[in-house]
Amino acid sequence: MTESATSKLLNGDICHRTSNGKKASKNGFVKDHSLFEQPQKYRRPRDKNQNVPHNYSLYKKPFVESFEETPLWVAVLTYMGYGILTIFGYLRDFLRHWDIEKCHVARERDEQKDFVPLYQDFENFYTRNLYMRIRDNWNRPICSVPGAKVDLVERVTHDYNWTFEHTGKVVKDVINMGSYNYLGFAENTGACADAALEVTKMYGVGVGSTRCEMGNLDIHEEMEQLVARFLGVESAMAFGMGFATNSMNIPALMGKGCLILSDELNHTSLVLGARLSGSTIRVFKHNNMQSLEKLLRDAIVHGQPRTHRPWKKILIVVEGIYSMEGSIVRLPEVIALKKRYKAYLYLDEAHSIGALGPNGRGVVDYFGLDSKDVDIMMGTFTKSFGAAGGYIGGKKELIDYLRRHSHSAMYATSMSPPVAQQIITSMKIIMGEDGTTLGADRLRQLSQNTTFFRRRLHEMGFIIYGNDDSPVVPLMLYMPAKIGAFGREMLKRNIGTVVVGFPATPIIESRARFCVSAAHTREMLDTALEAISEVGDLLQLKYSRREQPLPSLGWMSEESLLQD
Amino acid sequence: MAGIEVRPSQRLSTVPLMQGLFSFSMRKQTPPMHRIFRTLHLRDLRARMNFKNLREYLAWLYYQYLLITGIYVLEPWEKSIFNSILFSAIAMVVYTSYVFVPIHVRLALEFFLGIFGGQPESTMALMT
Repeated sequence: MTESATSKLLNGDICHRTSNGKKASKNGFVKDHSLFEQPQKYRRPRDKNQNVPHNYSLYKKPFVESFEETPLWVAVLTYMGYGILTIFGYLRDFLRHWDIEKCHVARERDEQKDFVPLYQDFENFYTRNLYMRIRDNWNRPICSVPGAKVDLVERVTHDYNWTFEHTGKVVKDVINMGSYNYLGFAENTGACADAALEVTKMYGVGVGSTRCEMGNLDIHEEMEQLVARFLGVESAMAFGMGFATNSMNIPALMGKGCLILSDELNHTSLVLGARLSGSTIRVFKHNNMQSLEKLLRDAIVHGQPRTHRPWKKILIVVEGIYSMEGSIVRLPEVIALKKRYKAYLYLDEAHSIGALGPNGRGVVDYFGLDSKDVDIMMGTFTKSFGAAGGYIGGKKELIDYLRRHSHSAMYATSMSPPVAQQIITSMKIIMGEDGTTLGADRLRQLSQNTTFFRRRLHEMGFIIYGNDDSPVVPLMLYMPAKIGAFGREMLKRNIGTVVVGFPATPIIESRARFCVSAAHTREMLDTALEAISEVGDLLQLKYSRREQPLPSLGWMSEESLLQD
Repeated sequence: MAGIEVRPSQRLSTVPLMQGLFSFSMRKQTPPMHRIFRTLHLRDLRARMNFKNLREYLAWLYYQYLLITGIYVLEPWEKSIFNSILFSAIAMVVYTSYVFVPIHVRLALEFFLGIFGGQPESTMALMT
């Protein structure tokens, strides 16, 4: 048979047949021409044979991600901890139900007790009995600009976190490891703040209308042209709120009869937008290209569920950096798949724009790809630009269509002028158009800080998730009591951190998430690392079972460590 | 979660290890300080914390017990309930083992010695 002709891929390499044995036979078995083979077990690059797929050649530099497995004893003890807390939760609910103790949650009145329950008791079980006990780690009021250091309002609670009181004192100069301030533009001095001040004097603060009516200012047009130039796309459009950008624009683009292939760990805004659109949603495993390819092939072969008609559009929705994992999307492979199977790509660069890449242009710049390959580039201004809002960039026809059909453009108030000016100034600084090297300095500082911070935490023996280049660093805590203990101990040492538990993460994988910033100096990072190490020893958080390189490896270890 | 995706360079295969052991004595310069520390196992980590006296160490052990069982987040009266239940359960286990384990051990020893130790006696009895 003309096997060689049929098994050649687009770029001419011979296709590697999957090792689970789908061979061509005369009774018509389909050959598996997958772009990426199914790995039977972990393949070390040393062991690859000649027809291994070319996904390793798509990457210009090593793509190093690690998600170390939970130690078994830690998982068992975590489940045990949750079990004990659940038993005590039932006990407290029992006491609250029988009025033995005062109930602080909302309850129906006595006359309504026989009706259908208004407050879903069991769904709030976790909130009432677990979240409330450690609630002082979240929603801490801030009373200064959230830069590298921040001032917190001190508060105390007398009834175990049901109510808080402000003591009137302020905790000053807390090192801020929680704000998404990747390039340090959250500041109240400097070029950005001065420009925003000028614009406030000219335009005021409120706009008082939507983009479609009277709210389209010339500063918005200027900002959108600048964003389009920054991203390297034909045209861009900005919205007042990043969450609304996703949740209101995906419904405008997709509808019934379309297919959305969304990553397992996508943000709530993407999930909400996908659900609101009414299309069929299929989920692929996180950053797993084999899973995505399988879904694409199934979608094209089988079509829509009952009628088997072809899908109107297939949209792959991924994020640049996933903020809970710290992982970076495998963009070269996604683009290769998208081109092969003729799907569209929606890339949400909320955390990666401005933070990745040698020029700060995001994950497309980081991999050295062409931004014309990504159909819809979405991002937010909240993280690296120190402003608020989101944007969508792409071809001119797409953006013109969105201007007419997006819910956010038609009904939401347009962006406030000082915020727009902050975006313009910070973007010009990053691009280097303001005449200084501040942007390049900050980008370099961010990547140095990221590498330093991740390497030191790794050496200390913590379990860190994610890619070595991502400024979002999740540190695993696992046990429910350690979530509260970590947050409080770090605050005692004057470091503000964000701890995350269920339901934002899987139930046993609670973590503390650090966001490295270009505004952090080496001394601040050293102080933070020392405190983290101290708290890690105190709470026994150094779970990592990886061997660190021994000094006796000499030159071999030096060479192998040069890769980081 | 996904399994480990470790860089190949970080896996210790035997060949570089042997080479490393040989090159240890021939090492010319000291490696940077941060590479000297190996990952310490859990029992070594205790050594990192400086405990001034036994009381502090016991307090830290109690703190670990609170964290691992999750009682750390509970209110004091709930902690007391849990501690008293656990303590009484452990006390009952200790008392039962104190009362019954010697008797059971003695009976078991008698049983097994009776099987093995009885063989020479029975053959002797058969021969005579």
